[in-house]
Amino acid sequence: MSQSHRLPQGGLIDRAKPVSFAFDGKRLDGYAGDTLASALVANGVKLVARSFKYHRPRGILTAGFEEPNALVELRSGARREPNVRATTAELFEGLEARSQNRWPSLAFDLMAVNQLASPAFVAGFYYKTFMWPAALWEKLYEPLIRRAAGLGRAADAADPDSYEKATAYCDVLVIGAGPAGLAAALAAGRSGARVILADDDFLMGGRLNAQRFEIDGNSSSSFASSIVAELRSLPEVTLLPRTTITGVHDGGVYGALERVSDHLATPAPHQPRQRFWRIVAKRAVLATGAIERPIPFGNNDLPGVMLAGAVSAYLNRFGAAPGKRAVVYANNDDAAKTVGDLVAAGCEVAAVIDARGDAPALHEAARACGATLVFGRTVARAYGFQEVSGVEVSGPKGDSFNVPCDLVAVSGGWSPAIQLTNHLNGRPKWDERLAAFLPGVTPPGMIVVGSANGEYGLRDAFVTGARAGAEAADSCGFSGPGFQTPRLLPEPEEAYGDGPWRPTIKRGKAFVDFQNDVTVADVELSAREGFRSVEHLKRYTTLGMATDQGKTSNVIGLALMAEITGKSIPDTGVTMNRPPYTPVAIGALGGAHRHKEFKPTRLPPSHFWAEEQGAVFVETGQWMRAAYFPRTGETDWLQIATREINTVRSKVGVYDASTLGKIDIQGPDAATLLDKVYVNAFASLGVGKARYGLMLREDGMAMDDGTTTRLGENHYYMTTTTANAAGVMRHLEFCKQWLWPELDVHMTSVTDQWAQYAIAGPRSRDVVAALVDDGFDVSNEALPYMGATELTVCGGVKARLFRLSFSGELAYELAVPARYGDAMIRAIVKAGEPFGICPYGAEALAIMRIEKGHAAGPELNGMTTGADLGMGRMMSKKKDFIGRAMAGREGLADSARPVLVGFRPVDRSARLRSGAHFLPKGAGNEAANDEGYMTSTAYSPSNGHWIGLGFLSRGSERMGEIVRAYDPVRAGDIEVEVVSPVFVDPEGARLRA
Amino acid sequence: MRIACPHCGLRGVDEFAYFGDASVTRPAADAAETAFADYVYLRDNPAGAHRELWSHALGCQSWLVVTRDTRSHAIETVEAARDVALARTSEAQS
Repeated sequence: MSQSHRLPQGGLIDRAKPVSFAFDGKRLDGYAGDTLASALVANGVKLVARSFKYHRPRGILTAGFEEPNALVELRSGARREPNVRATTAELFEGLEARSQNRWPSLAFDLMAVNQLASPAFVAGFYYKTFMWPAALWEKLYEPLIRRAAGLGRAADAADPDSYEKATAYCDVLVIGAGPAGLAAALAAGRSGARVILADDDFLMGGRLNAQRFEIDGNSSSSFASSIVAELRSLPEVTLLPRTTITGVHDGGVYGALERVSDHLATPAPHQPRQRFWRIVAKRAVLATGAIERPIPFGNNDLPGVMLAGAVSAYLNRFGAAPGKRAVVYANNDDAAKTVGDLVAAGCEVAAVIDARGDAPALHEAARACGATLVFGRTVARAYGFQEVSGVEVSGPKGDSFNVPCDLVAVSGGWSPAIQLTNHLNGRPKWDERLAAFLPGVTPPGMIVVGSANGEYGLRDAFVTGARAGAEAADSCGFSGPGFQTPRLLPEPEEAYGDGPWRPTIKRGKAFVDFQNDVTVADVELSAREGFRSVEHLKRYTTLGMATDQGKTSNVIGLALMAEITGKSIPDTGVTMNRPPYTPVAIGALGGAHRHKEFKPTRLPPSHFWAEEQGAVFVETGQWMRAAYFPRTGETDWLQIATREINTVRSKVGVYDASTLGKIDIQGPDAATLLDKVYVNAFASLGVGKARYGLMLREDGMAMDDGTTTRLGENHYYMTTTTANAAGVMRHLEFCKQWLWPELDVHMTSVTDQWAQYAIAGPRSRDVVAALVDDGFDVSNEALPYMGATELTVCGGVKARLFRLSFSGELAYELAVPARYGDAMIRAIVKAGEPFGICPYGAEALAIMRIEKGHAAGPELNGMTTGADLGMGRMMSKKKDFIGRAMAGREGLADSARPVLVGFRPVDRSARLRSGAHFLPKGAGNEAANDEGYMTSTAYSPSNGHWIGLGFLSRGSERMGEIVRAYDPVRAGDIEVEVVSPVFVDPEGARLRA
Repeated sequence: MRIACPHCGLRGVDEFAYFGDASVTRPAADAAETAFADYVYLRDNPAGAHRELWSHALGCQSWLVVTRDTRSHAIETVEAARDVALARTSEAQS
């Protein structure tokens, strides 16, 4: 049945380019210019999907992005994509499409037994049916429902295609390329304004292609293509076909999804699959047209029931006949166009049924083609097995008769596509004459034109579009000849009816929301059960909550509820629309920012050298840090870290500390600023000296710590923790610019400018001495603990040498400009070889800092004060500093607060775990007895057993006491002894050696 | 949303970091603890014009005082925070 329903001529398809594709494994043919839906129509395929809940047979309802039924899986393997609307999928050679949500096959779907159980699946069934027993929910009900009520399957493998994000700026953004949008774009474009015209379709023109008009004596589609050609010739105009504006955001920002390669089997080289645009526009013209509404009647979801406008589109644009004998069922005059299109295409029109009474335009069309004319009656139901074979028409007195047909073209009127006007909270207003919502308050800078504004006539579309385009350009400072409305045939005034919103007699399920299987009966039930507000209706029945967001159904549901409750539609409410307008893949929103490209990877200066050494790396925020350096025969990280620590504590080790935040602070008021941000004094710090400093937040909690060195009278060099580097920099700028603007001081982040190596261990002085140039003295007398000096190393390389120690050993930090970082680490290791040097990584460092009781991230956790950290005495009483006042408040000054102490297991072989809570011996396992918690634990090579740091209530007064470290999550409950947090060299003799 | 940085021009909001209310002023060093508690914790939640601090964190590092309508996100003014702070100081002194 190759293209059995293709018309012998006509349509905007390229008959010279046949395209072969497969649907459910069956090979079919179409033409370039087809959508998957139009090709299926041309092949006489009516059954294309099964419904979400009841697995009812479904066909194609629309010819556009509003399609609720015809969702398919496209492609295969890693490119398999579920829930693609067949009505927007462009046909390409070799396209594979499959129906979804059916088993074992589309025509014979066993899950259709759900229909027999449909009383159980009515509105609110989630809330009613599976309430008890609750334990079965996760194990039984939900998996069952998920399997039966579903959409397509996601691909099993990672998406091989790429996505990208782009930004564009323009004067005028025109949304929609129908007659109004084309007129607006041309009027604006001819003025020289920078214009972007975006349309979701691959062929611009909208209804100029889908319907038949005579314009300047030619066809409307050729008129559209001439406009598009002129637009393409204008240098400041950008055409974005296959692009949907998905959201309107503050400040003239629009989100747009461009389907760059969806119409190709695979993207062209170096091309993304999709591109997500951020378009910044001074003005916007919304010309999105209108979306046709169905009319609820029994079995109105049978394949072969199609919206009248879609029938016209398949006939006129695609040269494909959705049926051979049609019934047209409408409540408005616009459907007369479809009657004319059917006749022109050689289809039989069996009957025209006008739900209204006397309405001349539609009746004229019926009479002209000799169709049976029925008015003042409604369709009670459609009938047929898996596709429509006729309709039953009912009269006011309960009488009825059947009309056999294979196509029902339905038009329940039009809903202007005003969704985007809602995005900045503009509420739409109800228009009685059109029985439709029109834009209310529109987003700043946006003008709505044509059908989107309820001006349905073709002339109106051209006129309002041209005016808006010229106005928008004018407000950006451009003027031009505008766009003159072409010569059109006279258009009759069209009338629109409201309703019927439900059939007069009930025969079978009458669907309101096709995609979520919500029926008229569900809305009635919702009203009976008290869920009458539009927000309740939506949530109780799921009306409008499917991926189509109720584009064809929301107004009907609302009107139905208004009718049931006897209220007006405006009094019943309105459903607001939010971005995205049509579904957007998360991959498109992420663009290139995925995997390793999610955020920058920062490499410290020694990275490539460390790689050569076979280092194992660990990610710390954005940084890649060497975790440890395995040697031959070593397998276990703790074994390696232990060897590294033993080397540092007995000989010497080197560590790349460059990841610490580094801030250069200069100016006459540098000392004043530091005194305000640190709890302790820095103005009193001598030149050539470093000092540990603690910063608080204004609420009194510890924020960050580090050492700051005074390099000159007005010159300081601050280090911060790796994680907080950017935050501290911003904090300093905040203090300088906002809190104390009179300060004459400047800060610059120099984290990436300096490579800084810690050289630690009893032989570190020997190594440093071997590196510094002649004439510089690094003896204990010349450079004592916490001293700092500027000198040169390795024959003239400018360097800074600090006598700082995190490990607790005699140690130095040597900083050189980052470009020397790689050479420096090699020079250090070479100079250290005679002294047994080894590089050590983040693991060894983390253990050594616990051995020394230094607070780090787990202790500076945002809940601890300076006093909690054992630094209460550091907090100056002589000056104001950030956090001073709040740190003194009653709750934070409470002496019973948990303070930082050390712990060791009573059974020295036991392992400690961070997160354990401290309970007094003999107390019950209750929160009321909680006395604090363990923050950091490690196996200490220097002590030969596990050690821990933690916060214990009054801990500093309880040295030697035994408490329980209770860890119910990991079934831990061991006794620990409270000890000093400094486990190695408590007197600090080594670091002063 | 887009913010007109006085130094860099109109830029996307993703370059900026929000901090909070710009109408509160840090109390003098000798102020009562309650004044600091108010400064740290008490905030109005106006429906309408709101003066607030933003940092041009991925730009020039300037702190800004942005006056924004919380109902519409319409931005009325953007000032350099340092200029606002200096004006405040000189007002207090005069």
